[in-house]
Amino acid sequence: MDAALSAAISIGFHGVAFAMVLYLVSVGLSITMGLMGFVNLAHGVFAAAGGYFMTTLMTRYGVPFAVSVALATLAVAALAVPLERFLYRPLYGADELDQVLMTMGLVFMSVAIGKYFWGPTAMPFYPPAALSGQIDLGFRTFPTYRTFLIGSGAILVTLLWLGLERTRFGAMIRAAVDNRRMAQSVGINTSQLFTFAFAFGSALAALGGGLGAEILAIDPGYALEHLVYFLIVVAVGGLGTIRGPFVAALLLGVSDTAFKYLLPELGAFFIYALTMVILLWKPRGLFGQA
Amino acid sequence: MTASCALETKVLCKSFGALAVANAINFQLLPGARHALIGPNGAGKTSFVNLVTGVLQSTSGQILLDGEDVTRLSQAQRVKRGLARTFQINQLFRGLSVLENVTLAISEREGVAGNFWRPAGKRTAVVEEAYALLDKLGIADEALRAVRELAYGRQRLVEIAVALGLKPKVLLLDEPAAGVPSSETGTIIEVIERLDPTIALLIIEHDMELVFRIARRITVLVQGTVLVEGTPAEIAADPHVREVYLGERVTP
Amino acid sequence: MTAKSAAHTIATFARRHRLRPMEALPWVLAVAAYFVFPDYLALGAQILATLLFGLSADLVLGYAGIVTLGHAAFYGVGAYTAGYLAAHGVGSPIIGLIAAMVAAGAVGFISGLIILRTQGLSILMLTLVVCVMLQEAANKMTSITGGADGLQGMEVQPVLGMFRFDMYGHTAYWYALGVLFLGWAVTRTIVHSSFGRSLTGIRENVARMNAIGTPVFFRLVTIYTISAMLAGAAGALIAETTQLVALNVLSVDLSGTILVMIILGGVGRLYGAFIGVPLYMIAQDRFSTIDPTYWYFWIGLLLVLVVAFARGGILGMADAVLRRFKRSP
Ligand SMILES: Nc1ncnc2c1ncn2[C@@H]1O[C@H](COP(=O)(O)OP(=O)(O)O)[C@@H](O)[C@H]1O
Ligand SMILES: [Mg+2]
Repeated sequence: MDAALSAAISIGFHGVAFAMVLYLVSVGLSITMGLMGFVNLAHGVFAAAGGYFMTTLMTRYGVPFAVSVALATLAVAALAVPLERFLYRPLYGADELDQVLMTMGLVFMSVAIGKYFWGPTAMPFYPPAALSGQIDLGFRTFPTYRTFLIGSGAILVTLLWLGLERTRFGAMIRAAVDNRRMAQSVGINTSQLFTFAFAFGSALAALGGGLGAEILAIDPGYALEHLVYFLIVVAVGGLGTIRGPFVAALLLGVSDTAFKYLLPELGAFFIYALTMVILLWKPRGLFGQA
Repeated sequence: MTASCALETKVLCKSFGALAVANAINFQLLPGARHALIGPNGAGKTSFVNLVTGVLQSTSGQILLDGEDVTRLSQAQRVKRGLARTFQINQLFRGLSVLENVTLAISEREGVAGNFWRPAGKRTAVVEEAYALLDKLGIADEALRAVRELAYGRQRLVEIAVALGLKPKVLLLDEPAAGVPSSETGTIIEVIERLDPTIALLIIEHDMELVFRIARRITVLVQGTVLVEGTPAEIAADPHVREVYLGERVTP
Repeated sequence: MTAKSAAHTIATFARRHRLRPMEALPWVLAVAAYFVFPDYLALGAQILATLLFGLSADLVLGYAGIVTLGHAAFYGVGAYTAGYLAAHGVGSPIIGLIAAMVAAGAVGFISGLIILRTQGLSILMLTLVVCVMLQEAANKMTSITGGADGLQGMEVQPVLGMFRFDMYGHTAYWYALGVLFLGWAVTRTIVHSSFGRSLTGIRENVARMNAIGTPVFFRLVTIYTISAMLAGAAGALIAETTQLVALNVLSVDLSGTILVMIILGGVGRLYGAFIGVPLYMIAQDRFSTIDPTYWYFWIGLLLVLVVAFARGGILGMADAVLRRFKRSP
């Protein structure tokens, strides 16, 4: 009984930590897909870039963890702006196929670029001393870094919600997701909004990629390997929402951890099956609008 | 009485959330009718066509074609029973030739469209019929051009041609003159006037001149509800219609 | 006068279905390649098999307009079916091929029934999920598939009991070419038929197809099943000619790569695959021996450029050039 409880706690803990990473990386994708109707398979590239920048700053240049994370996030946001302008923008409203192909091209390029500059193996990631080791939460000890991950993830999620609910920028995004033409007619500059939302979403991905480097290791194949999971979070959660992907990420994170722990021989099979059932039941995802 | 209707709806209702776009619509279209459905923007006219054709599922109520209940039938099954429509905004195969647009419809009507092996262009009877139809509508000279290369006014004619290729018993035209420069609406009116008189026609239109030229009966729809139905003269004289539909022209 | 132009128009309309002399070119080249490049027959056989896979993907993507990220599902099922049979005493390649087509077709039919009702992102996701699900299943059912180590112990018998698969790939090449030819004949017939044209109609405008009374869902399931069978045949060809089946035949990578290949040649054009697949595979063979890292980079860049500047692929560009050429004099 004690063993079962302990296992359940473990699964819950690691599952939630994984979910936080999945959510941070994917939520931007949900916003941009809902906002611009763009099938962006290359979203994971921004997470990988964030991870690469952060780990490089830390290991090669000895920059402190927090500073590295911030710099990497900003760098990716800055990188996202020209990409949005020159590569994504011309394809708004284009065929899904064109979007799929262009972004797949970006993924392929990212694989090569990652390997060229950083080599084929995963980037080493050592949390700062304060965040390594175990932490005693009274009833049990947990890995410090993952505890930090859950905590900071929760704070970020809360900030994101508040931001989208309370700020002008959030209101504009929500308006534009609901009805783009209406938003334009009330004077929202959707062109700027798109660029901004894209950069913002990419920055979140970078943050997720960086903070999550301990769970999803940063290697050249990152954007390709984890693409399915990112897409599942968004599709199951529903486009254009920020709550949907959160629920989906929790579902995916916890069940993935549980299956790997309890039924490794079934692997990810159940997860895919569950995804399929959910998508057939609700083609627009759990929280997607009709 | 009921059996003689080409198309009938009984207490047809449809709502999108709180918005009722069809509010217990009772409507009858007689064989050979020239019937117009008018109403302000957003009244639910297009939604009515979508309900009748099966694009939308009604919340409640019944739809009958030639006396037969088709409420639960698919779009395709309704088309097979003689129902055809055009769209307010062109829905054409823009990359395909004008001739092929119509050929696709006729192949479907003839039941050959599921055939795997015979080249589509070698179905001479089908292609000839399509060509003759284009000829009748005066667009045969553009038969081999891609639809997207045509002027919008001519595309509107293709839109009608595709529907006519189905040899419908009931034809629903959703604002056939929408987006057409006024110099070209004449051609469209002519085409409609020359339609086979046995077709039961329901036309949605904003252009009152066109409506009064063609329609022998008019239904006015406002916020999903039938406000009034009558002959053009009755409608023109109706104070409610003047108030609601002609809006600002009414002075106290 | 009008009668004459009517006849002329109708004849012009019918003419595009005629078999043109140019269409013999791929076959002439394929036969010529056998004699010119005797050292590359194994690669040649792989190209031919992948070409069949490309044709099948084009049916779904280029003609019916279903954006799929999971077409390898059918290819993989075909490969594993043929491989499994060959490893369990049923070594006749033809039987393996047919069984592969049946199995892949069944998977296509069933998954089609389930997923083709949806649209947009959902359909993309569902095709993807079907593929990763099958891959995961193959990964875990080690007793049948050999799991991550790949299928062991295939023994493929001679084709028709006469032509033994040799290490130079002579038999493999002819066998693949023959199957590809049959696949092409079927595909060509389909795309020119009324059914094939109605698929194009569905791709161009589903709303209108519904409005002219097309049973859209039924048509899509039909073509999805046919395409799955062809993909299954391609998978069986690869399995039988390389005597090797591993998990990568069911990968999302492969699903994406086949799209890339047909896009490169030109999608929805029947011959796009004939250009894109050989080009891609030969280039990959050349470059990846130099450095596989760069390979991904150039392919990715090429994709971005194709989407930005040449959406019709190579055939599309050729068309545009020809048209300008014709117009200018
Ligand atoms: N699919 C839909 N979902 C939600 N609202 C809709 C949908 N289709 C139409 N509407 C709304 O229904 C109302 C009636 O629309 P419509 O039938 O197009 O009007 P009309 O053709 O008379 O101008 C409009 O307010 C429109 O916004
Ligand atoms: Mg309307």
